[in-house]
Amino acid sequence: MKLGRYIAQKTVWYLVALVAAVSLNFLLPRLVPGNPVDVIVSNLSRGGSVTSEQQKQVYESYVQEFGLDQSLGQQFLTYLAKVFTGDLGTSFAYYPAAVNDLVGQALPWSIAVQLPAILIGWILGNVIGAIAAFRGGNWDRSVFTTSLFLSAMPYYCLSILLLYVLAVVAGVFPVGGAYSLGLSPEFSVAFLWDALSYYWLPFLSLVVVFIGGQAVGMRSMAIYELGGDYVSYARAMGIRDNKITQYIFRNAMLPQITGLALAIGTLVGGALITELVFSYPGVGTLLFNAIAANDYPVIQAVTLIITVAVLLANFAVEIAYGIIDPRIRAAKSGEK
Amino acid sequence: MSTVNTPMAEETAAPRANTLRSFNFSGRFWVSLVLVVFVIVLGLAGLVYPTGPGEKVGSLYDAPGGGLPLGTDNFGHDVLAVLMAGTRTSLIIGLVAGVVATTIGVTVGLLAGYVGGWFEELLMGVTNVVLAIPAIVVLILISMSLPNSTIWSLALVIGITSWPWTARAVRAQASSVATREHIDVARLSGARLPGILLKDVLPYILSYTVMAFVLQVSGAILAEAALSMLGLGPSGADSLGSQLHWSLAFQAVASGAWWAFLPPTIVLTLVSFGFLLLQASLDEVFNPRLRRGKRKQMKQAAARRAAEARQLLERNDEASDETGAADEASDETGAADEASDEAGPAPDHSERSRAGEPS
Repeated sequence: MKLGRYIAQKTVWYLVALVAAVSLNFLLPRLVPGNPVDVIVSNLSRGGSVTSEQQKQVYESYVQEFGLDQSLGQQFLTYLAKVFTGDLGTSFAYYPAAVNDLVGQALPWSIAVQLPAILIGWILGNVIGAIAAFRGGNWDRSVFTTSLFLSAMPYYCLSILLLYVLAVVAGVFPVGGAYSLGLSPEFSVAFLWDALSYYWLPFLSLVVVFIGGQAVGMRSMAIYELGGDYVSYARAMGIRDNKITQYIFRNAMLPQITGLALAIGTLVGGALITELVFSYPGVGTLLFNAIAANDYPVIQAVTLIITVAVLLANFAVEIAYGIIDPRIRAAKSGEK
Repeated sequence: MSTVNTPMAEETAAPRANTLRSFNFSGRFWVSLVLVVFVIVLGLAGLVYPTGPGEKVGSLYDAPGGGLPLGTDNFGHDVLAVLMAGTRTSLIIGLVAGVVATTIGVTVGLLAGYVGGWFEELLMGVTNVVLAIPAIVVLILISMSLPNSTIWSLALVIGITSWPWTARAVRAQASSVATREHIDVARLSGARLPGILLKDVLPYILSYTVMAFVLQVSGAILAEAALSMLGLGPSGADSLGSQLHWSLAFQAVASGAWWAFLPPTIVLTLVSFGFLLLQASLDEVFNPRLRRGKRKQMKQAAARRAAEARQLLERNDEASDETGAADEASDETGAADEASDEAGPAPDHSERSRAGEPS
């Protein structure tokens, strides 16, 4: 029954993390001295792009929406109720657009770039790292140094270099954006084909760095396993190298699964800025514009979505780990 | 038994006696040192560079040349001057945040690992919760709430959000040190908790702490750059991130003004790569299992020693019938080989490589 306990324990911890994240998301912007709405509205009027009529509307809707005249606890409950019914509020900068719509437009672009980058990068990185560890010698040294260099490179630095070299200088890819001017997002072959040419650069800059990071981790895990007692024992027993390689790979893979959980958070953060570099219309660009315009509801929505996505991904990875890890499985059958 | 054999055997192992060699600094270490020193010199050079980072010396994106080695940026400022000032700001933020994060992380980790029990559960629970929430999100939320962010407040905020992985890794090591016998001796002799932690536990994980600090510094520099690029950088100070922020905002990449965006990109990459390489080569110094390149040398040394032992054996055979001594000598070299492979701390390596993930 250890697996059940393991899952229950993880669930509790992730729920606690979720509550903490939502509370931070609620509390931190309210630590601004004075009424946040006053600050925002005065900023809006300074920009001069908003008429006083709109300003008043924004002010009243915000005060009413979040019940700013109520106590902090009451406000938190209001906030929770709104969040859990899927209502993220109203944008300031694009009043009266709902935050839900803005996020809904941006999210598919981000997911389309990040999800394949995570999966492909993880698989390729592990295979490359394992090969480097088994081969050793010069092969290992060159793979290790290259991977270390790539994994050390911030995502956005590689993005800038790729954009400049491949798009501006060589002209192989279009410079920035997600689709050609004049097209609008739709599910047609022509549009998807066009979007694909814009897709390569952001995808490449994420996946290359991610491969590097995973390869470095896998290499050192595999080297560690190579020195294990069971390897010497298997060799002494005359077990073939292929079989031993299999054992090593399986054992070295386990910690890499938790490594995936940790890497997802970093990748999502890096992807935010990669989108900026390519002016890709995803969540990162939305966040950037919202910060520039002091659009608090959008910023809070984006940070909340990122947190929930990262927590969910980590939770899924940890549960998978519990199912895969033979120690947890063995303990389970042993107790029966 | 002839006593001649013992000094002979020691002589064959003489090359190991070199202190610098016993530290085993690889080529990797020197490369990383050069990179890190280069970045630090670049930051310090700004103090003697004649042009200030805020001086307007040209117009929008003047190409390099004519006394401006890297041209001008979108404000007409000297890119090289801005780069030097930015590097200095980034290094200061990195160091301050690194000190803050490492101090909190080591303190929490030591306490949790040493004290154990419910206290450990509580501290590690908090740590895991903080670790699960992406740091960039917390950074964005806090920086947004700060009305005026300076480089100091930013460094503090970055330090406060990036300690958890250090704490987790330190706890794992501290709890293994806490079960050793010398801790019991210290406790019996009346040492207090802070004394035990500082004098009896910390020294055993010091090598790890140094590596964690190196990673924290580079992580903080990158975190600052990320925040600045999102538009949440320190107000009134140039940093590598804010330089990139402005060059992106003014379309430097699309307009081909490479001198405006390549220098900060390259310096950021060098910082990040240099520090990570430094950490990896320190890891190799401390953990002999990762020393792959040296294996060939070890084999050569072992072969040489075996050959010498054989000579010794032959000479002994000629001199007398006491072959036992020579056998003993070759045994000794064999044991030394094994020791050099297995020696050194082999702490929980998975924890260590996990910690290698920059936050």
